Amino acid sequence: MTSIGTGYDLSASTYSPDGRIFQVEYANKAVENSGTAIGLKVKDGIVLAVEKLVHSKLLVPEANRRIQTVDRHIGLATAGLLADGRHLSNRARDEASNYRETYNSPPPLKNIADRLGLYVQAYTLYSSVRPFGISTILGTVDQDGPGLFVVEPSGVFFGYNGAAVGKGRQLAKTELEKLKLPELSMREAVMEAARIIYLVHDDAKEKEFELEMSWIGPESNNQHVHIPKDLFQEAEAAAKAALENFE
Amino acid sequence: MDHFPTNWGRPRNDAFDAYGTYPIHQRPKNDSFTAGVQRTQQPIVTGTSVLAIKYKDGVMMAADNLASYGSLARFKDIQRLHPVGNNTVIGAGGDMSDFQYLQTLLDELIIDEFTAQDGHTLGPAEIHEYLSQVMYARRTKMNPLWNSLLVGGFKDGKRFLSYVDLLGTTYSASTLATGFGGHLAQPLLRAAVEGNEDTLTEEQALAIIENGMKVLFYRDARSLNKYQIATITAEGVKITESKHIETSWSFAEGIRGYGAQTQ
Repeated sequence: MTSIGTGYDLSASTYSPDGRIFQVEYANKAVENSGTAIGLKVKDGIVLAVEKLVHSKLLVPEANRRIQTVDRHIGLATAGLLADGRHLSNRARDEASNYRETYNSPPPLKNIADRLGLYVQAYTLYSSVRPFGISTILGTVDQDGPGLFVVEPSGVFFGYNGAAVGKGRQLAKTELEKLKLPELSMREAVMEAARIIYLVHDDAKEKEFELEMSWIGPESNNQHVHIPKDLFQEAEAAAKAALENFE
Repeated sequence: MDHFPTNWGRPRNDAFDAYGTYPIHQRPKNDSFTAGVQRTQQPIVTGTSVLAIKYKDGVMMAADNLASYGSLARFKDIQRLHPVGNNTVIGAGGDMSDFQYLQTLLDELIIDEFTAQDGHTLGPAEIHEYLSQVMYARRTKMNPLWNSLLVGGFKDGKRFLSYVDLLGTTYSASTLATGFGGHLAQPLLRAAVEGNEDTLTEEQALAIIENGMKVLFYRDARSLNKYQIATITAEGVKITESKHIETSWSFAEGIRGYGAQTQ
């Protein structure tokens, strides 16, 4: 970021002379400072996992969730500012319920991602607001099978087979690329997701973190719910064991 | 003085505040439709009775598959029992379009609760309370949802069975019936169920309900010999496929006095 300090970065409504919007790039920095979030699109479902950094031991476990439910069949995981994530998930719920009201059918994720993209992009247009400091992973399973999208602070969104955002995204992406995602079962995906989150966690910088995982697929009756306790503990134990072998 | 020449010589509408001189909320209404607003005064496509009883394991409810258009048996494959969440069934008599509206309303409510992911779910008592508030609010607006509804459920080891109608009236009992069933089947249900709620088996409950449905099909001209049964127990909600009522009309051969007869 050589152009920092050259001006043009105090407002999201002003370009720099070389055509960039610095406020949007700073929003991406806010995402990079956050714990990793990943999403896996596998054979018949979606698994979301988040490395939730715990800044205080006094916090109640499972507080401040970063994985939210948007509709029965849609889940959302964010990396970046927690409050922005909560705001966007509320907006996503409104959009989903609005779609249902209009068409009397469950919203396809592409529509929701599209609407959220428009919403997030609107915050890059005005000097009076700041862009969203989050990247959002959206997952679904509908009649067309599983779907996975990422909405970035600029408002663009892409579909993915495997997605990673936040601090450890580079390492997580290389790990995801090694997997044969379309062949994994949901349970295998849960194990891999837990392993990747434990792998990308940087012990030296942050000590405490809490693993958060959810899934959508036949095993959860195609609803977005947190992983059942027993499977969660199994995956977490396996992830810790794998990490020790790795080291 | 009207300074707009285009208005000169035309009829005036003094009720219209052309210059916006009033604050928005006090501005005179110039809506030619207000006088013509009409509200629901009668149901159009209707369902008839719903029956429900408590028994040993939970609640059993039944309703036939007919939606009538006046006295015409218009739709013969309508489901009038609707599951809400995992512990509740609502059964509706009255206007079927209002019932469909209530279904979308409840679906939205259930999704709102689901997305909270706070470990709580709505049970039959909450659903019934919600419905009663909706029904009462609508009747207070002189625009009721024209239904009588039974809400049955089983949650946390407790049976629940309650009634709510287009006026927002509610009551509960161990046997309930809406519409014609309130006259024809309710006495039979009471005689069979009251005092035996904790001993009746599912088979016995089924026999009582089927008997009620049969009596209704014989005597209620807006009923159908095709119906469904819902059971709500600790195992959750179960709604059967449509069943047929076996009836025998041979006794009618000897009846004299109705319709065209030579003798």
